[in-house]
Amino acid sequence: MDTGAALTTPPEQQRPGRPSRKGGGRPAPAAGAGRRKREFTVRRGLVIAAFMAPAVVFVAVFTYYPMVAGGQMAFRHWNLADLTDRSFVGLDNFTAIFHDPLWGTVLSNTAVWVVASIVPQLVIGFALALWLRRRFRFRGLYQALIFFPWAISGFLIGILFRWMFNSEFGVVNDLLQKAGLIDEPIAWLADPKFAMTAIIIANIWYGVTFFTIMLLAALQSIPDEIYEAAALDGSGKVRTLFQITIPYIRTTLTLTVLLRVIWIFNFPDLIYGVTGGGPNNETHIVTTWMINITQQGDYGKASALGLLMVAGLFVFSLFYLMATREKKEAKS
Amino acid sequence: MINKESAAGRAVRIGFLTLWLIITVFPLYWITITSLKPAGDIFTFPIAYWPQTFSLENYTGLFSKADFGVYLANSLFIATVAGVVATLVSTLSAYVLARFEFRSKSAVLMAALVTQMIPAFIALGPLYLLMTDLQLVDHRFGLILVYIAVCIPFCTVMLRGFFENIPDALEEAAMIDGCSRLGALFRVLLPVMRPGIVAAFIFNFVNCWNELFLSVTLMNSDENKTVPTALNGFISSFNIDWGSMSAAAVLTIAPTMLLFAFASRHIVQGLTAGAVKG
Repeated sequence: MDTGAALTTPPEQQRPGRPSRKGGGRPAPAAGAGRRKREFTVRRGLVIAAFMAPAVVFVAVFTYYPMVAGGQMAFRHWNLADLTDRSFVGLDNFTAIFHDPLWGTVLSNTAVWVVASIVPQLVIGFALALWLRRRFRFRGLYQALIFFPWAISGFLIGILFRWMFNSEFGVVNDLLQKAGLIDEPIAWLADPKFAMTAIIIANIWYGVTFFTIMLLAALQSIPDEIYEAAALDGSGKVRTLFQITIPYIRTTLTLTVLLRVIWIFNFPDLIYGVTGGGPNNETHIVTTWMINITQQGDYGKASALGLLMVAGLFVFSLFYLMATREKKEAKS
Repeated sequence: MINKESAAGRAVRIGFLTLWLIITVFPLYWITITSLKPAGDIFTFPIAYWPQTFSLENYTGLFSKADFGVYLANSLFIATVAGVVATLVSTLSAYVLARFEFRSKSAVLMAALVTQMIPAFIALGPLYLLMTDLQLVDHRFGLILVYIAVCIPFCTVMLRGFFENIPDALEEAAMIDGCSRLGALFRVLLPVMRPGIVAAFIFNFVNCWNELFLSVTLMNSDENKTVPTALNGFISSFNIDWGSMSAAAVLTIAPTMLLFAFASRHIVQGLTAGAVKG
């Protein structure tokens, strides 16, 4: 559930080198379609249906049904505190969100959380990928070691960092004091600004590896001849990076960034572990706030916020894909 | 180009790679060290980067003072059953999606993509109501059913990639030799796929083992709590006992790290397969 990385290949794209199968579930072509062939087609349709059915049923009942139910709940009064009144209230839940004193904080926190996390993740992750291109003796071991944060849940990583950012006995303050960078210990998780910084540092730590893995795989697909040709033409390191490497992996780069933006946006686990939205609700992002509202029982408002979230992500993805595509066309 | 590197470039590269490795490993080192300090030494100055005395009291306390054994058993049971069933179901759907063309195929793939973009916790409320109607709230099988549904889409796409890496010729040869299509799947394809299927199971298991929000919503009673739900209870209290907390964190992290170390190569392959070809 953590990633949709493998989904980035467009569904309709045919993989090269594999002959596509024709006529799967479609009626057999009329000409020369004998009884045997029709039977074969029917049986094939049955195999497809029988093999797909369990997956479709599970996902339809436990994923799609609640989502659709939530969609209509957003326009109703729906509070666990008062279940007798489930009347249709139009856009009241949405106006309640816009008038909530937390709404502004939550919005700006979400933007800061996404941008301040993804930029360092991309830069460090890309740098590591470039450095890991060269073979060295323990490269496999190294990759396995920096990959390990992915085995840990975001929530537990939050707990790890909550302890390290502890204001009295935390190791972060101790190290900063030993390095002479601060004189007095910082109350990391008691001050909203420092608390945001802490959760973003934790998130950068967590997310770098994902970029490294994706970008390293893409870098390894660049043929060496291109670099040899560039070197012959006297292209310097920086120029090679911006004119050969980055254009070559542009698709992976743009899609990875898009996936990560969506994913970081949808990532309340870590914040839950570090601050739980505190102090005083100052470090909530949209998703942690939504979970909080759900836990308070106001399903109508939570569903409305969920709809806003999905709409926001959809519009963002659309704009992002359009912007990155235009650049591509302009270049060629 | 790639083979030429100046001495300074090499020093920078090795320096940064080493620095990042230290940064990556440090939090894990720190939580482990904390968990092995006697309770009194955790809250003392100066902070010890290597404990003067090692103690397992934080670990033994988890089992004597709290029901951590129960939570571990719940998590193990739920993640194993959900992981196995999700892998089986996804193997079937992945096979069909890799080997057949049919009209609703792109719709199915799109539906899988949507579940990856919209997180499962977006419909916590309606899901809770649905589970109430099914009388599956605070019930291990209820959580298992939900986890299976959460695992299926990504697992299907990952396994589909592995199926597509196996040439059709393998099955065709088996079918020419008199195997039926199903026989070819079970006798020829699945044995070849075994590492990929194991990796898919591990991925599912780890995700279920780590899941927090669905479990917090659906499991109320202490005897049914999973480990993340119990930890959420621990950190919600005002005075966090960081000795027990760190021991609990280590016990939660250790199994998933072992499993990932075992399967990381295949998981990386599954993650990158789609993106790089695009």
